[in-house]
This record gives sequence, structure tokens and C-alpha cells, in this order.
Amino acid sequence: MCGWPKASSRVSVKTVDTERLNKILAVFEGEKGGLISILQRVQEEFGYLPEAALSSVADFLKLPPSQVFSVATFYDRFYLTRRGDHLVSVCQGTACHVLGARSILETAENCLGIKTGQTTPDYKYSLQRVACLGSCALAPVVLVDDEVHSRMTVRKIKKLLTEDLD
Amino acid sequence: MEGYRIGTVESLRLLRETLIAGEQTTGKLVSVCCGSGCMSSGSEHVREAFAREIKEQELEDEITVKKTGCHGFCERGPNVIIGPQNIFYNSVTEEDVPEIISETLLEDRVVERLLYEDPVTGQKCLYENDIPFYKKQKRIVLKNCGIIDPTIIEDYIKVDGFRALAKVLSQMTPEGVIEEIKLSGLRGRGGAGFPTGIKWETARNAPGKEKYIICNGDEGDPGAFMDRSVMEGDPYSILEGMMIAGYAVGASQGIIYVRAEYPLAVHHLSTAIAQAADLGLLGRNIMGRGFDFEIKIVKGAGAFVCGEETALIASIEGRSGRPRPKPPFPAIQGLWGKPTVINNVETLVNVSRIALNGGEWYSKIGTATDTGTKIFSLVGKVRNVGLVEVEMGTTLREIIFDIGGGIPEGKRFKAVQTGGPSGGCIPEELLDLPVGYESLAKAGSIMGSGGMLVMDESTCIVNIARYFLDFAQNESCGQCAPCRLGTKQMFKILQDITRGNGKPGDIEILLELSDAVKQASICGLGMTVPNPVVSTIRYFRKEYEEHIHEGRCRALVCRSLISYRIKDYRCKACMKCLTACPVGAIIGAKWQVHEIDQSKCIKCGTCMEVCPKRFNAVECVTGLMEGSGDKSE
Repeated sequence: MCGWPKASSRVSVKTVDTERLNKILAVFEGEKGGLISILQRVQEEFGYLPEAALSSVADFLKLPPSQVFSVATFYDRFYLTRRGDHLVSVCQGTACHVLGARSILETAENCLGIKTGQTTPDYKYSLQRVACLGSCALAPVVLVDDEVHSRMTVRKIKKLLTEDLD
Repeated sequence: MEGYRIGTVESLRLLRETLIAGEQTTGKLVSVCCGSGCMSSGSEHVREAFAREIKEQELEDEITVKKTGCHGFCERGPNVIIGPQNIFYNSVTEEDVPEIISETLLEDRVVERLLYEDPVTGQKCLYENDIPFYKKQKRIVLKNCGIIDPTIIEDYIKVDGFRALAKVLSQMTPEGVIEEIKLSGLRGRGGAGFPTGIKWETARNAPGKEKYIICNGDEGDPGAFMDRSVMEGDPYSILEGMMIAGYAVGASQGIIYVRAEYPLAVHHLSTAIAQAADLGLLGRNIMGRGFDFEIKIVKGAGAFVCGEETALIASIEGRSGRPRPKPPFPAIQGLWGKPTVINNVETLVNVSRIALNGGEWYSKIGTATDTGTKIFSLVGKVRNVGLVEVEMGTTLREIIFDIGGGIPEGKRFKAVQTGGPSGGCIPEELLDLPVGYESLAKAGSIMGSGGMLVMDESTCIVNIARYFLDFAQNESCGQCAPCRLGTKQMFKILQDITRGNGKPGDIEILLELSDAVKQASICGLGMTVPNPVVSTIRYFRKEYEEHIHEGRCRALVCRSLISYRIKDYRCKACMKCLTACPVGAIIGAKWQVHEIDQSKCIKCGTCMEVCPKRFNAVECVTGLMEGSGDKSE
């Protein structure tokens, strides 16, 4: 799995805003099997899963931290390092692939100066690949936050990332 | 309808009749597709423009604007249908709106340029059903997509929504429902094709009072988006199917597992559930028949393997999505150890249709072994890209050429990949194969969820196999050593082959590994991921050999085996390619013949694309040039 962050790049947060965290956890009091839903809410709140938050979740659910980490690192959509303000996801689904998605991803890497899976040093952008967004008829597709950009080309992604975003 | 509750079967009928009677009499209707595809092409702005213009011109009493779900023809979007004539307009922009209002809605005249034009014959089509793409389709599951507003439950009720549920609850026993489903011959549409009736019967007969119905909305196959369209465009049919399943099986809890990559689907399903509950169609004593049912949504977290039943269950239980051996089957021991029926989205919508029209009606559609219809997502190198629902038994040729319009740009058909990462490639000589579970399996592929990727001569078949193995080894949960290690090794070998580092004997090793992975994996992912490799070797072995022994990629795709070159005798130094190059790999200036720096070139082909046709100065050749190095393939 390509999601395991290097220790040097991990933003290790010793403490996390416990008030915000406890508010989230309270909703799940007594719920069976809520680990993934909790992690999803925590990520929604903090933008990623801080280490300290994971420990608190483990305490709350009375689970060993290793199990929480196991689940957090199993699923692609959980991030253990801080993400950028904008998430650029380049679809690498089959339809997108045959229409040049790899070149688009590489161009994006070039424009942002980072590799796939990384975040720019100023925490403005994160770049990731995603398996399939289900917009195959409009391939190649790039998702910037919640906005779908369809029929992308190498030139369009270059323009989008160098001119149109901020 | 504020505060109204459907307390009996009779009150549903009354509501339906009241709603139909209360419909605006002129019938002038603007239906704007607001599925994810058209939305990304700007359909929301088009809809707002219509609403704005109609309000300004004070035509609100005469003309209704509504949004609908996905028509399946996303490439031509934004799609708009003008009623009552049902004229189908493609690629509508905000600027077109005033004209459509003044010409079509007010004067009954057609705006020719917005009609679909057949790319070969040039003929224009007025209605959706005239378009070859739609003519041969039999839209049973997709019946309401593009017709109803997926966020207004009354729209669904008007088109016989929940009538099947009413019939089931008032006229049939649970066993009777199961018999009807068995009679229909419905097979699971998620890919395995297991008879739905038998699955339900197993769950019904399993001991225990607590049972579950799970709708599998984790459509993970890249290239497949039929479930997305249905979840977005007709969420109510899914709810109804689940409720019928719950009644038949004896379950009172339903869960819809939706992948997180489909936010609009999640939104529409949540709205549908809330509206159904408000009307009393979910909750306790539904329609006064003593039947309780509740549905909740669980979002996926980005794992293809969670489409597998037992992994999906693990995910709902808050664990990592690692499949477990079967038996015991989920129908006997599933969620929280209780009997659980997991059905695909398409299967559940079929259930609603069968319950209303009868199992016999359904069994007469399709073929004897594969009844009903199947939705395929036709993508890739084909003219008409989109969702196609056809009777089982339709041939691949009909789907790709008659409905899909064939291969664009005069290129030649090479193969069609069916079933996503678990499927295989089918070559030209088998195009007359009728689609069916067994027929596709015999050819070395599978039906799968219905993804159909069309490839032409410019698609490298080895690259496709490599692509699927890249996907597979990334998504493998890792617990079975042959799958975990085998897929990685197979990927590495394919990577080597596409980089020009293939060795004699590689093909044999790939086949040996495929065998091991298939046999020794405990779940469907491991058992099927070798399929793309095995089938491409079976039908396109020559291409593998060309890569390995000749360093040649005939489709001009594999980066390490191709290079782009500027023909200096044709270059007019116009700077177009230089400017367009995304990585600044072209050296030159105005009046100075350009040259590509091979060490920087990412082989994207943009230079060839922008070079003016009359110069035709850029060519792509296969064979390694000095200095191009080994890019990260």
C-alpha cells in the first residue's frame, strides 16, 4: 500500500483539540462497529487523522491503538499527514487511462513540484491518484476538492494548476 | 405533501392519482440532466438559466423546469429534454436557453444545431429514442433515470413508485415473493451472477430473527458507473427493492454501502430515505401491513476489495476490509454473524420491476440462462460513450457498433475488455458472442459489473494488462501470500516488459503465477485478477513477444519503446509545440528548427497533437532513442 507516511514527513501532533474531538465521539456513544465512521468524521473535522486523535479514538472504543492504526492505514481515503488546502485527485480509472491519464498526472506533478501522494511545502495543494470516479464517459477526469473537471488534457491541467488556482 | 403519511395501500394509490391529476396541463417541461457527468459539464448553470429566464418572462405557470438523473449519455451533455414533444437537446449551454424558450417552448420550433447528429450519416435525431444509442436499448432498470427528479419522492410515486411494494405487502407471502424472484431467473448483477432467489431463500431459512439486507453500492470497477447513475438518478427504486427483499427474507434492517467517491449518490440516497420515512414508507408498520423496515447509509473509505461481500461486512463492522473464507456464506452468517443478503444496486432495482410485473414477464426477456437486461458502461475508443442497457444475449458487435457507433477516427477495433480488473479481453473474431455469464466466461472473461472498455489499434494490450495488475496489487488486501506476492511479481514482470526489459520465459512465468494466484486465493479478487493477463496472452501473445524480443510497441504506447521526433525537413519552427510542451522539452526558436530533448520528454504526444496538419513534422516511432532514459512507467 502506498499510504504509509515517512516518519520525517509526519506532522506528529502531541495534543489535539480535545473539545472538538470529544464532540464527535459523543455522537457515537454505544454504537456498534463505528470505528470507520468515527475516523471519517474526525478526518472531516481536522482535515486528516492526527496521531493524538487516533489514540483518543482507541481509548474511547476500548481498542488497542494498533487496531485503530491498522484500520486507518488500510483504507486509501484516510490520511495520516496533514493535507493541503486543495486536494487534486487525478483519476486513473480504465477509461481515463486509455485516454492519457498518466501524462496528466505527471504534468500535475511537474506543475506542483511534488510527487503523487505528497503535499506542497506551503500546504496549499495535495496531489493524489484515485482509482475511478465514475465519470468515465467524460474521461480523463480530475477532481479538485469537490469540483469535477472533465475531458482533461495535458494542456488543460497545466493551465488549471498554474493559472486558474489562486 | 406536508404531513401526509401513506398509512395504507389504498392511500398510496390515492396519492398517486392526486399527483397525476394535479400535473400542470400544458405539459411544457424542461428536464435538465443533473447527474455527475452533466453537472461537470455545467448543467446546473443551464438549469438555473432556464429557471431565471422563465421567471423573468413570467412563464412560471406555463413551463416547469426540473432536474433529472443521468441519461447515460454523458459525453453529449448537458442533456435537456423539452416536453411535451420530448425533444432531446445535446450539449446545451446557458447561451442557448433564451432561444430554446422562444423557439421550442413557445413556438414549437426545433433548434437544429442542438439536436444529436449521427457522426457517420449526418442525420439529425429529434427524440431520444431515435438516436441509435438509445434505440436498441431496453431500459428496465434505467427506466426512471432522466425522467424523474431524483430528489422529489412524489415524482417517483407518479411513475408507479412503491406500487410493487404495496402489491407485495398486500397480496403476497414472503415465500411467494421468493418464488417469483426464482421464476424470473434473476442473477446477481454485481458480477458473480448467483441466482438471487436462491440467496434469498437461504437467508429466509437460516435460523434467527435478526437479519439484514445490504445494498452493495461500492462500485469499484474502474470504468463502471452504472450503479452511480442509478443511485443518483433513481434512488427510490433501490429503497423499494431493499424493502421487498426485507419482506421476503424476514429482515427489518437495511444498509446501503456507498463508496465515498460518490458524494452525489450519498446525498440523493439520504434525501430519498428521509422523504420515504416522512411519508411513512420506512419505519414501523409500513402501509399498515405490520412490516417494519429501516435503512441507513454507510460510506466506504476507499478500498476496492470492500466490494467483496465478506470484506464489505468487515468494513461495516469497523474492521479492515479483509475477506474471509466462504462457507459460511453471508446469507447464513453475515453482518454481526446474522443472516445477511447482499445484493448489487442493479439487482435490487430489477427486484422492484419484477415484483410489479411478475417473474414470468422478466423470464421472457433475455435468454433462457440469462434472463432480463444488463447495463453496460461502454467506454474507451468508441463513438457513443455511456450507459447501455440491453437484453441479455445481445451480441458484443451490436453493443459496440450498432449502439456504440463503432470506432471513431477510422481506426480499427482491437479488443473489448469486459468485467473490469477481474475480466479479460475479447478479440475481433469473437465479436458475435452474445453477452451472458457463461458465454463471457468461456471466452476467458467475465460479465462482472458490466464495464466494457473498447480498444482500438492505438491501445497497447500489454500496457492494459500492466495497468490492471498495477490496480490489483495496490488493492490486494494482502492476507493471502500468493495474491499479495503474486500480483506484485506479475506487475513487476509486466512493467519490465513495457519498459523494454522483458526476458524470454517471462510469458511462461506470468502464466504460472496466474495459475497459483487463482487457485490459492480465498476471495474473488485474487481468483480473478490474473484474468486480464491470461486472456491477453491467449489472444495477443504476438504483441507480448514483440515487446520482449523486438523492443517494439506496435500501438506506440509504451514510453520506453517509443520516441517522438521532429522531422527537421518538415519543421517550420512555428513554436506551437515548443509552447505547448508541458515539460519544456523542446529546444528551438522562431526560424530555428525545433528538436525534442529526449531526456525530458514524457511522451505525452502533445507536440504531435498541436503540430499543424500541413506541416506534419512530428512522428512517433518505436525503438529506443539515445538519451530518453527509463521514465517512471
